[in-house]
Amino acid sequence: MVDEIIVMTSEAVQQIWQALDEVKDPEIPVVSLVEMGIVRDVMINDACVIVTITPTFSGCPALHAMKADIVERLTALGYANVEIKTTFAPAWSTDWITESARAKLRDFGLAPPPIHRGDLNVMLLEVATCPYCGSTNTSLRNSFGPTACRMIYYCNACNQPFEQFKPL
Amino acid sequence: MNPELKQALVDYLLAMADDELILGHRNSEWCGHAPILEEDIAFANIALDEIGHAIVWYELAADVLGEERDTYANRMVYFRDAPDYRNAQMVELPKGDWAFTMLRQYLFDQFEMVRLEKLTQSSYTPLAEAAAKICTEEIYHLRHTQAWVRRLGLGTEESNRRMQTALNELMRYYEQLFSPSLADTLLFEANIVPFQTELMVHTLELIVPFLVEANLIPPRGSNFVGPNDVIYRHEHTEHLNDLLSNLQQVARLDPMAKW
Repeated sequence: MVDEIIVMTSEAVQQIWQALDEVKDPEIPVVSLVEMGIVRDVMINDACVIVTITPTFSGCPALHAMKADIVERLTALGYANVEIKTTFAPAWSTDWITESARAKLRDFGLAPPPIHRGDLNVMLLEVATCPYCGSTNTSLRNSFGPTACRMIYYCNACNQPFEQFKPL
Repeated sequence: MNPELKQALVDYLLAMADDELILGHRNSEWCGHAPILEEDIAFANIALDEIGHAIVWYELAADVLGEERDTYANRMVYFRDAPDYRNAQMVELPKGDWAFTMLRQYLFDQFEMVRLEKLTQSSYTPLAEAAAKICTEEIYHLRHTQAWVRRLGLGTEESNRRMQTALNELMRYYEQLFSPSLADTLLFEANIVPFQTELMVHTLELIVPFLVEANLIPPRGSNFVGPNDVIYRHEHTEHLNDLLSNLQQVARLDPMAKW
C-alpha cells in the first residue's frame, strides 16, 4: 500500500515536471523554465503541489508572470492547490541552462552565455560568438540590454547587433 | 530569536531596503534623459535592479515579522511618510549632473559589494543566501560605474572638475550609509551583520586608491561627517518629500485598488 502510494506520487511528480517543461520563459518564449534551471523542486503534499523556483535575476520583473504561468499549467493538469516557493540558494547560474536550451537561444538570435564555473575572468571575458554568422569578431556595446538578463554586442563580421544572455 | 534582536534585524533590513528603493527611484529619473542611448538602457537596468533588491530585503523583513510579503512591501513603500523612511540621506539627494549620479552609484556599489560579501557569512541563513545571490548581480553594476568614474575623472578638465565637486559633496554623506540602525551592536554580537567600522575600513581601502588613480582627491578628516554630527536614519532632507510625493501619488489616490 505504502509502496503503491510512493510509486503513484513519483509518477505524478514526473508528470508535473513534464508539464512544467512546457511553461516557457515569459521573456524568451523558446525555452522552458525547466531548461533554464529556474524550477528547482517539485513536491506533492496531500492535495497540494509545491513548486520551488529560483529567480534568474533577483529583481526580474518576469517572476510574477512565471508564477502565474506555472499555476495556470498545473491547474489545467488538475491540481487546484499549487504553492510556489522561491529560493536563493544555491544562487542561480547561467551554467545551469541546458545544452538543448543553449541551441534554442542561439536559434532565437540570443548568444548563449559562456560556461564559467564561477570564474569571474571567464564570466567577464567579453567574448561572444555571433548567433547569426558564428564569428567571434564581436565587440561588447553594452553590459545591459532590453531585459535584466541580456547584454548587447556588435558583430564586426556580419555587421549586426545581437544580444548575449548575461553570464551569472 | 528574542523580540529585541528581531526588531533590530527588521530595522536593519528596512534601512537596506529603503536605501536601494530610494536610490533606484532617483536613478530611474534618468530614464529617457541619459546622455547617450546605451547609457539610458544601462542605467534604467541598474535602477530596476536596485528596486528589485529592495523588494528582496522588504520580503526578508516581512518574513521576520511573520507578515505577508507583498502586502508588507507595498505598505512600506507606498504608505510611509518621510520620517518613517530609514534610507541614508546620500541616496535621496537630487540626481544632479551625470558626474554626481555616476559617482554616487559607484560609492554605493562599492560599499554594497563589501557589505554583501560579508553578509554571505551571516548567521541568519535567509540573509546570507540573499546576499550571495545579489552579489553575483552587483558585479555588473560595479564594473559599469568604475568605468564611468575613470572615464570622467581622467577625461577633460571639466569632467574632472565636476567629479571632484560631486566627490566633495557626497563624502559628507557617505559615512551614514554604514550605520543602518542604532541596534547594530546586537546584530553584530549575534553574527548576523558585519561590524560597521570594519565595513567602512574595508570600503575605504578600496575606494581611496581607486579615486586617486582616477585623478580625484578623496576628502580627508574633517570633510567626513564627524562623530558629533551623526545623521540619524529618521532625519531627512526636504528632497525625500519631493521624491515620495512622486513615488506614492498614484498608490495613494486609491489605496484599495488592485493592480
